[in-house]
Amino acid sequence: MSANDRVSVATAWLDGCSGCHMSFLDMDERLIALADKIDIVYSPLVDAKELPEQVDVGIIEGSVSSEEDLHKAQLLRKHCRLLISLGDCAVNGNVPAMRNQFKLDAVFDRAYRENVSFQPQRPTQGVPALLERVRPVHGVVAVDVFVPGCPPSADAIWYVLSELIEGRIPDPSQVTKFGA
Amino acid sequence: MPLPAPQPQVRVVTLKIDGQDVSAREDETIIEVARENRVPIPSLCYLEGLSVWGACRLCVVEIAGTDRLLAACSTRVTEGMQVITNSERLQRYRRTIVELLFAERNHVCSVCVSNGHCELQTLAQRCGVDHVKVPYRHARYEVDSSHDLFRLDHNRCVLCTRCVRVCDEIEGAHTWDVMGRGTDCRVITDLARPWGDSGSCTSCGKCVQVCPTGALVRHGTSVGEMTKDLKFLPYLSRRRHGQ
Repeated sequence: MSANDRVSVATAWLDGCSGCHMSFLDMDERLIALADKIDIVYSPLVDAKELPEQVDVGIIEGSVSSEEDLHKAQLLRKHCRLLISLGDCAVNGNVPAMRNQFKLDAVFDRAYRENVSFQPQRPTQGVPALLERVRPVHGVVAVDVFVPGCPPSADAIWYVLSELIEGRIPDPSQVTKFGA
Repeated sequence: MPLPAPQPQVRVVTLKIDGQDVSAREDETIIEVARENRVPIPSLCYLEGLSVWGACRLCVVEIAGTDRLLAACSTRVTEGMQVITNSERLQRYRRTIVELLFAERNHVCSVCVSNGHCELQTLAQRCGVDHVKVPYRHARYEVDSSHDLFRLDHNRCVLCTRCVRVCDEIEGAHTWDVMGRGTDCRVITDLARPWGDSGSCTSCGKCVQVCPTGALVRHGTSVGEMTKDLKFLPYLSRRRHGQ
């Protein structure tokens, strides 16, 4: 627990559609109740640029597809006491991992050459390098709680966070499933 | 007036399932007796009305007196048998089986027409599979859309062979069969010809209805729209046995 007795939460958005973060916001008025109990210290939803040294709960949306994703997953693992994989991309790779059936070169050619009429070229500057294979978060760092779903419903996220705030480890299979 | 046929002598046996005393005909299997007594045993390849296959191993149970796990669908009940259907060890094995099925092919539930109506997806949730510990293979599998009405997606096939059995045993066409071994194993139509070119397929759609996943589906369905109806199967089976 942080000094003011509120649970500090960090979230990260890797290779996903942001739908899981949208589902988080979809908790609607429950967010107000949640704001009394948690501090979101680092997230695409807030302005903080630096991950604090010690965070209670880390939540990762999206699969690990690029070097930046890998870096973020490792960073959250290092600084968070408990790490949650939120949504199918983080839990099982989901749609981003469908490219694993092809060689990375073939994926690049499809996206940046075959379907491009003006100056077809592979982007190299200012973008993170793609990994050869997309992996779920637990393929690169240890994960404590898995919340499948595409996206997990607001009710499922509410259940998971409520249980954690009460000091219990949730069982998300009761409220969500792959693809749900 | 014909003489009534003599009734075959079928004995009744008593056994325990999860400590509960139950009685059953001796020609019944453990899974039949368990379900009559509302004891849930997960299964995938077993389907009432079709012959027993015993391939998925999800219905394995513990029997007192043997260390071997036995498939409830292919094991007959015996007098005094003591069956455990849901121990910690069985739960662990079942989770592993489900995880291996998800890792072997590309079951991307979120973009599947059977999302929300899939037996594999439901099984994963019931067995507490919230992630897959083994690495995914991500191998490429074909999709056969050549049939006018139906589509076959090998990415979502679990090789339960329900389609093969319903086509042979109920429809009588035997369009479906299985070829290849290991990860190359797949269901085929006729002699591995495109489904749309099949001369034996009657387009009855029974295979599509009994498929537990999104491997066999109707054309024109979008994500989550493919619902299946198994009701006709026990009915046909009863009619056939009654003849």
